[in-house]
Amino acid sequence: MTDVTTIPDVAVQLAGVTKRFPGVLANDSVDLDVRRGEIHALLGENGAGKSTLMSVLCGLYRPDEGTISLASDGRLKPVDIRSPRHAIELGIGMVHQHFKLVRSLSVTENVIIGMDGVPLRLDVDKLGAEIAEIGLRYHMPVEPGATIWQLSVGEQQRVEILKVLYRGADVLILDEPTAVLTPKESQDLGRTLRTMVAEGKSIIFISHKLDEVMSFADRVTVLRQGRNVATLDVSATSKGELAKLMVGRELSAPPARRAGELGTTLLELKGVSTLNDRGLPALREISLTLGGGEILGIAGVAGNGQRFLAEVVTGLRPTTGGAIEVRGKDRTGASPREMISAGVVHVPSDRLGMGLAGNLSLADNLAMRSYRRPPLAKGIFLDRRKMVVEANGLIERFNVMTPGPATPARSLSGGNQQKAILAREITAGHEAAGGAVIVAAYPTRGLDVGAIESVRARLAEERDRGSGVLLISEDLDELMAMADRIAVFHGGEVMGIVAPSETSIEELGLLMAGERRT
Amino acid sequence: MIGFTLEKRLETSTKTNLLVLAGSLLVALSAGALLLLAVGASPLEAYGAMLKGAFGGRLEIVETLVRATPLILTGLSVAVAFRMLFWNIGAEGQLVAGGIAASAVALFLPGAAPWVPQNAWVYLPLMGTAAIAAGAVWGLVPALLKSSLGVNEIITTLMFNYVAILLYQHLFNGPWKDPEGFGFPGSAEFGEFAFLPRFTGRLHLGLVIGLVAAVLVWIVFTKTKWGYEIALIGENETAARYAGVSVFRNIVLVMILSAGLAGLTGFSEVAGVSHRLQQGLAVNNGFTGIIVAWLAKLHPLRVVVVAVLLAGLLVGGDQIQITLGLPAAIGQVLQGAILLSVLGGDIFSRYRLRMIRTTAKEA
Repeated sequence: MTDVTTIPDVAVQLAGVTKRFPGVLANDSVDLDVRRGEIHALLGENGAGKSTLMSVLCGLYRPDEGTISLASDGRLKPVDIRSPRHAIELGIGMVHQHFKLVRSLSVTENVIIGMDGVPLRLDVDKLGAEIAEIGLRYHMPVEPGATIWQLSVGEQQRVEILKVLYRGADVLILDEPTAVLTPKESQDLGRTLRTMVAEGKSIIFISHKLDEVMSFADRVTVLRQGRNVATLDVSATSKGELAKLMVGRELSAPPARRAGELGTTLLELKGVSTLNDRGLPALREISLTLGGGEILGIAGVAGNGQRFLAEVVTGLRPTTGGAIEVRGKDRTGASPREMISAGVVHVPSDRLGMGLAGNLSLADNLAMRSYRRPPLAKGIFLDRRKMVVEANGLIERFNVMTPGPATPARSLSGGNQQKAILAREITAGHEAAGGAVIVAAYPTRGLDVGAIESVRARLAEERDRGSGVLLISEDLDELMAMADRIAVFHGGEVMGIVAPSETSIEELGLLMAGERRT
Repeated sequence: MIGFTLEKRLETSTKTNLLVLAGSLLVALSAGALLLLAVGASPLEAYGAMLKGAFGGRLEIVETLVRATPLILTGLSVAVAFRMLFWNIGAEGQLVAGGIAASAVALFLPGAAPWVPQNAWVYLPLMGTAAIAAGAVWGLVPALLKSSLGVNEIITTLMFNYVAILLYQHLFNGPWKDPEGFGFPGSAEFGEFAFLPRFTGRLHLGLVIGLVAAVLVWIVFTKTKWGYEIALIGENETAARYAGVSVFRNIVLVMILSAGLAGLTGFSEVAGVSHRLQQGLAVNNGFTGIIVAWLAKLHPLRVVVVAVLLAGLLVGGDQIQITLGLPAAIGQVLQGAILLSVLGGDIFSRYRLRMIRTTAKEA
């Protein structure tokens, strides 16, 4: 009962929190005050220590040094958080970026799962009504009886938040909550958070997106390399200042469009259609051309066929109609391997799901395109030593931050995983005579500003070398700045193809909503 | 108050792995000691007798190696399939299929094709090839069902075991039964041209086949493009498809290798040990192979080491039954305890145990 401070409006105080992992100082004496009734953003690049710090706060890790204090009866008392369960007993709940829901159970069952004192026989209706009521209070309508797999990602997130609220949390930690949401869902989430803080709850909001920090948060703490570099009032700062604090230097503007002329046509889609996994139309008679030295932007709300476009062009999904030509040669129905040989490379949207085998070494991952041919391959054999040499070359040229080529790909930060994929794909593309077709699906999603800058620069560089880039993105600013033309997808169809110089974000928005360009 | 909590490790060092392994074995042996005490035996004496029974002399070592031979091969068979996350639980049946095919060649080819020279240089390769082919066919059915229709391979490979075992029992009890065998179940003995050469006692060439196979599988895993593709599919099938690897083709090829190795085990057993098709071929070597592969963490060279140690445990278990009059099941119980604690101990390779002092709970 020593060390009692009396700052009435502080809900949580972290003082001098240090957390080490072998060879890494993840948090270096971090101080952080979170007040009652505020949204406090925790901003930083990937690997800056945001998640570690929050894992300490929610009981997953124990700090090596430092104390955590919680407000109780108007005073701060040091606490020892032993486990996530203990954290929630103390009123601290975390909403993870990757949901921890049981997909085959209902909303109600997911909310109460693992709680103490749940009776053997559930009064599902009563519990459901309670949960629905909490949902309404915070502008999060849910259907308690619905099964998780039936819900959209935004609805699943509501269930995660409800789980924490139902357990009576006063301090909510949200780990990059908007990463998976549509703009509309993000707005709704903002309203939910406002209602919570109005009731005196505190919210810690982990993010690396400056825009949403500026629009959601009251105060912001910037972490860089495990240290707290600044805690600021959002009203008294700017995006530019925050970006500088985050990366520790000034950022350059997105690379500009190309001035020169287009090369020959590299990729042509003629009325291509395909089906999704449930056998429903996913692409309807798509016709597009991509020239050498061009970036063709693909815009659209997520789930309108962009993913299927990438899969069809790379041979991962069979077409049900139309033709695909690469460099004037018909490649309809080609296998992924044939598309690779034809010079189509792919930066997939799901880095760890498709682009990398997380448990294999970085060297193994970097060899995914090149292992079939010399110098790596010798007949049926594979030269592992040369593989490491090549990997080291790529790591250096593409500035991938890793302890070494033997490190599992999973343990790299998101930005460095993406750099590794780009290194592999771009290098594979260089083997295609006359420029590669680079299919880049959401290449900057989930990355911090420094990594975004480097990914965009690489793509622009390839375009300047004469490759064609199919840039699928949900970041309209990125498309407006980089793309030569933008094709807007809606419901698996192209609503229109526009030049950024002759359109506006508003017009793109209308096309994305399904209005056809006349 | 003092409590404990588990914390995830970022990386696991070799030293940690070895320490964890040693700790796991200690736990298993202690559990076994309690059991031995419960049946009224001295644990030290029993463990001593087991060690002596398994490795205490030339004869004992030979017997252990004879027991290890099939385990090496089935362990490799399982390791190959599991590496690609293809859950081949059917090594037992594939082994039996191989044993049937090898026996068929040895028993009936001399009659059907008398012009084939009856010497070991001709017959043993023929029998081995037939065994590999039969095992592979037995494994291919589940492989094709899986790769074309998505049928769960755990169920199909498991069920195929029983089909093979029943067929084999039918054969040596019925159509292939030795008419001059005084009514004992079992086929006639093979001609000597169908015996695997023996080094000493019952120790036969099958051990060398197993060792060579281990090295070959190790080369496939670590030095070939195919091994790279297998690992890629095992780690992330989507990424493998993305890299242009044909999953269908690899399931088929991997199962030919995996089930072929199991089939070869059947050949090694009938041509090396029993010299006829009889009871004793389906003695769970295929299932024990799963334990071997798992304890060896699917590493082909470690499979050899684990197979020998496990065989020692089994032979030693038989020994204490004879010398100390203890139940033979002790060996199997220990085997189970070791598997359980080594697999369970894995959590300490991935997590670190931290002691925490909790201050008295505040009101």
